[in-house]
Amino acid sequence: MFGPLSLAINAGECVCLSGPSGAGKSQLLRAIADLDPHDGEVLLAGESSGDIKPYLWRQRVGLLPPESSWWWPTAAGHFHNGLPVALEALGLPLDILGKPITRLSSGEKQRLALLRLLANAPRVLLLDEPTANLDPANTLRTEAVINAYRQSHGVAILWVSHDPEQMTRVADRRLQLSDGELQEQPA
Amino acid sequence: MIPLSTTDLFIAASLVMLLALLSLRLQAGISAQLLIAAVRTAVQLTLIGLVLKALFANVHLGWVSLMAVFMLLMAGREVMARQERRFSGWWGFSIGAISMFLSSFAITIFALTVILGDSPWYTPQYAIPLLGMLLGNTMSGVAIALDRLTQSAWEQRGVIEARLLLGERWGEAIADLRRQAVRSGLIPIINAMAAAGVVSLPGMMTGQILAGTPPVEAVKYQILIMFLIAAGTGLGTLAAVMIGSRRLFDERQRLCLDRLREK
Repeated sequence: MFGPLSLAINAGECVCLSGPSGAGKSQLLRAIADLDPHDGEVLLAGESSGDIKPYLWRQRVGLLPPESSWWWPTAAGHFHNGLPVALEALGLPLDILGKPITRLSSGEKQRLALLRLLANAPRVLLLDEPTANLDPANTLRTEAVINAYRQSHGVAILWVSHDPEQMTRVADRRLQLSDGELQEQPA
Repeated sequence: MIPLSTTDLFIAASLVMLLALLSLRLQAGISAQLLIAAVRTAVQLTLIGLVLKALFANVHLGWVSLMAVFMLLMAGREVMARQERRFSGWWGFSIGAISMFLSSFAITIFALTVILGDSPWYTPQYAIPLLGMLLGNTMSGVAIALDRLTQSAWEQRGVIEARLLLGERWGEAIADLRRQAVRSGLIPIINAMAAAGVVSLPGMMTGQILAGTPPVEAVKYQILIMFLIAAGTGLGTLAAVMIGSRRLFDERQRLCLDRLREK
């Protein structure tokens, strides 16, 4: 639990969030996605989360959790709006969609979970260490896909990262969450 | 029917004693439990025999209702006690009691008024045994289904929350678990119906035959009871799973596992 804090992100802006483990970064993301009870108010383009049906809110404010979860035997079952377009850009082979989920690596699942989220066309992205399980080449690919989505859809991004170099590459602004306070970090 | 003397029961009791001695020798560590349970059987059944005797002698809707409500509350408590992770507060008891009300109370009244049609409809000789059999037999289905629901929601919280995060409504996010819970609640009665008469001779029918009822009449009653139990289990299981799964989410459709507490 942490005290009151205030944060505004512009459309098309990418804000990186860092801070020691247990500082509440994931908790903050979950609260914004309205997955946990919280005080205060979250607004998207002037509309409060409390005034929007919860499932519509979560479609618009897309949270990518650090661990991906799957409930159909293959990845393909999770893409009911058609096949994902950016498979190749993420370094994933096309036949990966038909493989049993249990046979995929955590890095493959993490990238597929990103595509699954983007297929929902969210207007805000809350990314909880989206490249934690990836090698350097795939980290760069993933950053490029996220960046392309940001530019084409004009979304606001709140990106939890522990990697200073990654933050330099992707962030418009950097924030640190520690001792229950958000502090602006020099770029 | 051959009347049983107290000596007859003592002979049967000596078998249980023998078993207790045997388990003592084997250090199985259940002798005490076994004896306590045996004593409970004797005491509880004797008491209920006396209560039923009094109830049959004074046929009154008030007394029958009192007895029925008491049995229902005990069943609700029993359903709650069988949960590995139960709903905290009043919900834990209420979900069990409401489901048992639907599975047994409602079905018993239906059977008494529509099918049996005795006068008065609450004749305790029919009402109490019927209710008791329905409570006892639908309880396990309801308890299994509820246990399965809460247990799997706990284990699969990641999946449920991932589905919520992709914009599914609470009902969609938990639909699979709900289906599995209903299925596991209904499997025992389906198996019992499938095996009836082939693998097992149901207790009530056997009892009636022992008491001298012609087998075909006893069989008709047994079929009636099986169908009532199946309907009651289905109704109670559905109610428990519906109410339970709704209670797992708050008004903003967030998964609230803090509403469960461990045994």
